[in-house]
Amino acid sequence: MTTSKKKLVLIGNGMAGVRAIEHLLKLSPEGYDITIFGSEPHPNYNRIMLSSVLVGGADLQEIVINDWEWYRENNITLHTGHKITKIDSDRKKVISHLGIEADYDTLIIATGSNPFMLPLPGADKEGVIGFRDIKDCEIMMDTAKKYKKAVVIGGGLLGLEAARGLLHLGMEVHVVHIHNHLMDRQLDEAASRMLQRDLEAQGMQFLLNKHTAAIKGKRRVTGLAFTDGTEVDGDLVVMAVGIRPNIELARAAGIEVNRGIVINDFMQTSVPDIYAVGECAEHRGISYGLVAPLYEQGAVMVKHLLGVETAGYAGSVTSTKLKVSGVNVFSAGRFADAPGTRALKIQDDLAGTYKKIVIQDGKLVGAVLFGDTADGAELFASIKSGESIAGREKEILLGISSDLLGQASSGNSRLESMPDDEIICGCNGVSKGDIGDAILNKGCNTVGAIKACTKASASCGGCKPIVEGLLHLFAGDAVGEPVKEGICGCTTHTRDEIVAEITRMGLNTTKEVMNVLGWINPEGCTKCRPALNYYLGMINPEEYVDEKESRVTNERFHGNIQKDGTYSVVPRIYGGVTSPADLKRIAEVAEKYDVPMVKFTGGQRLDLLGVKKEDLPKMWADLDMPSGHAYGKTLRTVKTCVGSTFCRFGTQDAIGMGIKLEKAFEGLNAPAKVKLAVSGCPRNCAESTIKDFGVVAIDGGWELHVGGNGGIKVRETDLLCIVKTEEEVMEWSSSFLQLYRENAQWNERTAQWIERVGLDYVKKGLENPEDRLALKARIDKTLSLTTDPWKQIVETDELRKNFEQLNSAQPVQL
Amino acid sequence: MTTKLLVANLSEIDVKGSRRIKIQDIEIAVFRLTDGSVLAVENKCPHKGGLLSEGMVCGTAVHCPLHDRKIDLRSGKVYEPDDGCVTTFETEIDSESGSIYVTI
Repeated sequence: MTTSKKKLVLIGNGMAGVRAIEHLLKLSPEGYDITIFGSEPHPNYNRIMLSSVLVGGADLQEIVINDWEWYRENNITLHTGHKITKIDSDRKKVISHLGIEADYDTLIIATGSNPFMLPLPGADKEGVIGFRDIKDCEIMMDTAKKYKKAVVIGGGLLGLEAARGLLHLGMEVHVVHIHNHLMDRQLDEAASRMLQRDLEAQGMQFLLNKHTAAIKGKRRVTGLAFTDGTEVDGDLVVMAVGIRPNIELARAAGIEVNRGIVINDFMQTSVPDIYAVGECAEHRGISYGLVAPLYEQGAVMVKHLLGVETAGYAGSVTSTKLKVSGVNVFSAGRFADAPGTRALKIQDDLAGTYKKIVIQDGKLVGAVLFGDTADGAELFASIKSGESIAGREKEILLGISSDLLGQASSGNSRLESMPDDEIICGCNGVSKGDIGDAILNKGCNTVGAIKACTKASASCGGCKPIVEGLLHLFAGDAVGEPVKEGICGCTTHTRDEIVAEITRMGLNTTKEVMNVLGWINPEGCTKCRPALNYYLGMINPEEYVDEKESRVTNERFHGNIQKDGTYSVVPRIYGGVTSPADLKRIAEVAEKYDVPMVKFTGGQRLDLLGVKKEDLPKMWADLDMPSGHAYGKTLRTVKTCVGSTFCRFGTQDAIGMGIKLEKAFEGLNAPAKVKLAVSGCPRNCAESTIKDFGVVAIDGGWELHVGGNGGIKVRETDLLCIVKTEEEVMEWSSSFLQLYRENAQWNERTAQWIERVGLDYVKKGLENPEDRLALKARIDKTLSLTTDPWKQIVETDELRKNFEQLNSAQPVQL
Repeated sequence: MTTKLLVANLSEIDVKGSRRIKIQDIEIAVFRLTDGSVLAVENKCPHKGGLLSEGMVCGTAVHCPLHDRKIDLRSGKVYEPDDGCVTTFETEIDSESGSIYVTI
């Protein structure tokens, strides 16, 4: 008997269709001869990440999901740049616009959607685009180089992401919206106003309640005219008013269409052997435009194709998160106040947070979060499960503890009863089954390992609590012991356990620690080895020999590595005070070594950028200045204002105090970088209140502030205490920094540390003078052992060789 | 055609360290591992071209200094969940003299 494989043709090389094929290959690797037609000239890519491409977080290469190789490996015939023009359902074949024909036994239509282009006069002008594919992104990036003003029509999810991208590209952006509040499909008015305020602060401008009447311009767009007679200028118009399912092909083939291609619970269209999935399809009256439902549809369809039992697809509850930096918005389910529903809300205009939950018949049916979206995943899971929350409504509103929704009986049973193909990570399309497989069959026993193996929780991280719950669910049964997360994937030990064991057993090398504590990877990784190196040196400063090979690149070569492999050189300039002689020397060195850029740093110093590695030791020797440690987990700089030396407002000698602090703590190894500042009066020109340790002079004393940060997450300092003398400033700063050194996790800034342990812990640790003096004695001991790394390398051949290239390659006679 | 080249002596490369060498327009990173072996790969991360010679060596892998891609120095393969591959070159050590040879 000859069995020829069944022929499967997929029209549409996008996320929904190709995901279904991946699923099919997993369940039945040899079952079908697969042919895919795609109209874009690219392999399958992650459309959701296009907004990240615009803001520069990812390049086009990185958003490819399945590269060309994947199609080859799986014997898939791929025709990119081919548009299917006809489906002949009688003879069971499809024809492309370039004349390629393909026979099918099963046909899947996954043609997706097109941006809905408003039928306005002038909509065909140059510079009017949608926001849908790589080409649109490329046009935006090119336009931003030549033009200034952009207008986005549509204040929904997609419109705001496009607008944020255009702002990032340096354009002035107006967003036009027909309703009186933004994202009205996802947010209620209160959350929407908060969103608008935040986006306005980022520079976005809004024109609400505006109906566009015409697009102005000759060949190229120059602006919009509105029905109320007003106008706005624009060199680029992006329409993001919605999507329109691509159904023309199906309609022409006689397949039943409505707004989308009509499908049943098994994704079958009205014509036998033809299925449809994704944005082009309409299930029970709904066309979904988000990725999770599309994946769910694909999974059911594949099961149906292969004759695996499935209850069918019953529609999806959707959740959305806005991918706009600096703004956290979450919305799920039915959030509007409809008859029969009751809502609970908290609004905190000071913290900029808002939370609303909507309840019907004792169950959570919708939620809106603004500012703090940490509860989003749990709320969404509760909505999907349909569990009763009667009696717990207020607790849920005030912050869900995992006991309430996560690991408690109801939560666990919810995770258990969740079907295997339910998508947990919407960003990367990872299902419960994938995560279960990683835990049970691939040995993943931490959230980190699951993330590494499946990419679940690797993008926005919103699903991490659920992944954690699943880990407990699966690993609890299989491993039979609780799994805890260590400092990295190489160990299950926490920072505190490791430090305690090092002290207890007197361990003295990273290798010893890894051997004794049973590391999974014998030589660790870039997270644990530098951490161990730090802990060992912190515990035993006198005996421990620092392992340079366990330091990260920047600390090994004493400069910041740049993207092209060059380094930067920042000599130390104490307190930001320099001299004509030093400046001349820096200038001469910069000229001698052809330094491509000389730049002032944010820390009142000079940065010589683009230095070839082999020139580093020579430059350090010529500069003859100490390292500024601008690259390490150590004291960086002490920023100062002029203070009483010159300033008419200055109350104390801020410069003198700053220099004293910088000289004292120079070269101090710390868990993370440490930045200090001293301001001469409460005007705080040195920005002391966003530093790890900030000093503000007042009349007759000094305010000491701790735990500030001006980086990823801005945090204002907490006031630690007020002291009178410079000696007290030294005593408190020394003891504070040593308390931090001895208790924080490696790579944890003072801000995160204080958030974790609380200010009271710090205050208590420093309140007794004896404790302060003991801490100060320990930090002084450590500080007495520091040397200048640049000088050391300049003077030691053995260290200097690592900066030079090998230069003699001699051919050998074979 | 392949050529075998004497590139360095063991004493010139630290354990868990690397040195760079340019041969016929290809920059090669030569690594010395803890187990005494020496491995050579093209000095260019498949992700964004980071110099692998500058990265941290852990076991038989190196972590790219730019974005922490982990690369197996024996096969040249990038560890999951990332993907990609760098070119590897055959190496040989003369145990008496400590001479390191790379074949390209």
